[in-house]
Amino acid sequence: MPETTYIDAITQAMSEEMARDERVFLIGEDVGAYGGAFKTSYGLLDKFGAERVIDTPISEIAIIGAASGAALMGMRPIAEMQFLDFITCGYDILVNFAAMNSYLFGRACPIVVRGPAGGGTHGGPYHSINPEAMFLNRPGLKIVAPGTAYDAKGLLKAAIRDDNPVLYIEHKYLYRRIKENLPDDDYIVPIGKANVRRRGKDLTIITWGAMLYVADDAADELAKDNVSTEIIDLRSIVPFDEDAILESVAKTNRVIILHEAPLTGGAGAEFAARIAEKAFDYLDAPIKRIAALDVPTPYSPPLEAAALPDKTRVLQAARELLAY
Amino acid sequence: MSELSNEQLLDIDYYLRLTRTLEERLVALFRQAKVIGGLYRSLGQEGESVAAAYALDYKQGDVVQPLIRNIGAILVAGAKPADIIKQYMAKGDGPTRGRELNIHFGHPARDGFIGQISMLGDMIPVMAGIALAGRMQKRKLVTLAFIGDGGSSTGAFWEGMNFASVQKLPMVVIVENNGYAYSTPTSKQTAARTLADKSYAFGCAGVTIDGNDVLGVYDTTKRAIENARSGGGVTLIEVMTFRMKGHAEHDNQAYVPKELIAEWAEKDAVVRFENLLVERGVATREQLDAIQQRVKKEVDDATDEADRSPMPDPAHAGKGLFIEDGYWG
Ligand SMILES: Cc1ncc(C[n+]2csc(CCOP(=O)(O)OP(=O)(O)O)c2C)c(N)n1
Repeated sequence: MPETTYIDAITQAMSEEMARDERVFLIGEDVGAYGGAFKTSYGLLDKFGAERVIDTPISEIAIIGAASGAALMGMRPIAEMQFLDFITCGYDILVNFAAMNSYLFGRACPIVVRGPAGGGTHGGPYHSINPEAMFLNRPGLKIVAPGTAYDAKGLLKAAIRDDNPVLYIEHKYLYRRIKENLPDDDYIVPIGKANVRRRGKDLTIITWGAMLYVADDAADELAKDNVSTEIIDLRSIVPFDEDAILESVAKTNRVIILHEAPLTGGAGAEFAARIAEKAFDYLDAPIKRIAALDVPTPYSPPLEAAALPDKTRVLQAARELLAY
Repeated sequence: MSELSNEQLLDIDYYLRLTRTLEERLVALFRQAKVIGGLYRSLGQEGESVAAAYALDYKQGDVVQPLIRNIGAILVAGAKPADIIKQYMAKGDGPTRGRELNIHFGHPARDGFIGQISMLGDMIPVMAGIALAGRMQKRKLVTLAFIGDGGSSTGAFWEGMNFASVQKLPMVVIVENNGYAYSTPTSKQTAARTLADKSYAFGCAGVTIDGNDVLGVYDTTKRAIENARSGGGVTLIEVMTFRMKGHAEHDNQAYVPKELIAEWAEKDAVVRFENLLVERGVATREQLDAIQQRVKKEVDDATDEADRSPMPDPAHAGKGLFIEDGYWG
């Protein structure tokens, strides 16, 4: 297959799943004739018709709520947020209705809520969100955050086939910036499994989403000093691959958790706590977290760059750990 | 012709020209990659934006809340063109110092306007609260909120309108029916016959008017404002107008029938208003040209000022999360 961009991988996953299973449908703002604000659903209306590619009013509560109702009836809706920032407008119905169906009532509510997230595009505070932490503490929702085209496709397929509500966080910075050769066959990437992106023995970086590439750059730089870095691409935040984390820490004894969301109360705090609880004896140095400043993502490029994590900060943390 | 003096009519023309000229300048800056992020045009909607905002009394403490396309409304309220350009260029000495974009700025108690946040609909309850405070503080202020045909589908809009109506707050809401919300036509946004019909659900006053008739918009808004000021409660005014450009500069609006654009081009509010001024002897073409010259100079000066402005200092990125940090002075 020719090289596929991250965004095309998402389109392909939706298209193939809609072709495979007629219960799958897409609902959101401007997803039909326009093909989505980022053209993620481009062509789907022509292929599957307006009954399965539904343009909605600007009503996130209706989008997530209606998707949930349909899911209880056996449908497999994909609910698009035009930007994932707007999920806050439908937060209540997602965490209180969709996410509680299994635990409280024994009902399957297989919806996927997906949309563009993340910073680095000068979108400002309302178009740059990394929302995982505000769902992490609301049990009942699976959360995935692919950082490669391969995972974007495989995780979306897995999310659509999953019997639970899944929040699928796509990083808009990656949409057209990365390309990969994808397999021709129908594959899925299982939810809950991390990927060891790079093997190393001196230091582990645990990360996901667009921060993979910051980790790569840092690891390349460290390699020049003969430091071998292991990069764990978590891919799933809920459930997360605790074994992969602990195994890597047991091997390298030094760990950095890197994420694009703000530091305090970020998902990294949970992973750090888990490592401290379960792998304390393996640690040769404190656990380091590199994350955004505790501020809304500012718009102006110099401020945004200062607020979001970058290679320099990762390298500084790595050198501190190695010298510890 | 309305209760407006000739001087006021020319003042309105000045704001119409200023809005259009400033936006054309922003387009030029966008093409030079000096505007960072999206550019959302109000071409075709300047008339209602300016006329409605002109009906407020800012000395009384009235407050207007623009949407992204109501640049004209905040100019009327007193926003400086240089500040707007600085916002679009993400400069460090603009009103939000580079933290937030375009016309998302302003303080209701200081500036007479408050910019929206991106989450559509959220400002309706906020404007209700500003009106509520005005009443509690025994002031006679009125709030004027803009919302789109699309934004009026949000839950926040419905809760805010309902609350304001129950409380009979001094608030006027302009629903801009400009044909499209991004690519979605109004017919897919609501099954209501008109957007003004939504007023039935709230039990407030509602009316649909021609949004490209500057004087008509002024008169209707003015009456609604005075009614609100004297305790008559909320009015929802649907203005029929058209978004002549795509959602933003990246959007070529291929989904809009060409005939529709041509039809509305004929109804341009600025041209129509100026023809009226000339026909009625309020101004000569030369006088109108002089206004345009003045506006161009102002926009040139504002552009120079914004161009010379520094970008924000990255060292400030972490400051000001809480007021007591003292970052804003
Ligand atoms: C709650 C929410 N959902 C989605 C969006 C994304 N969005 C930004 S502008 C827009 C269309 C707005 O249409 P309308 O309210 O009619 O205003 P117009 O652009 O026509 O002036 C959409 C869907 C948003 N800003 N807020």
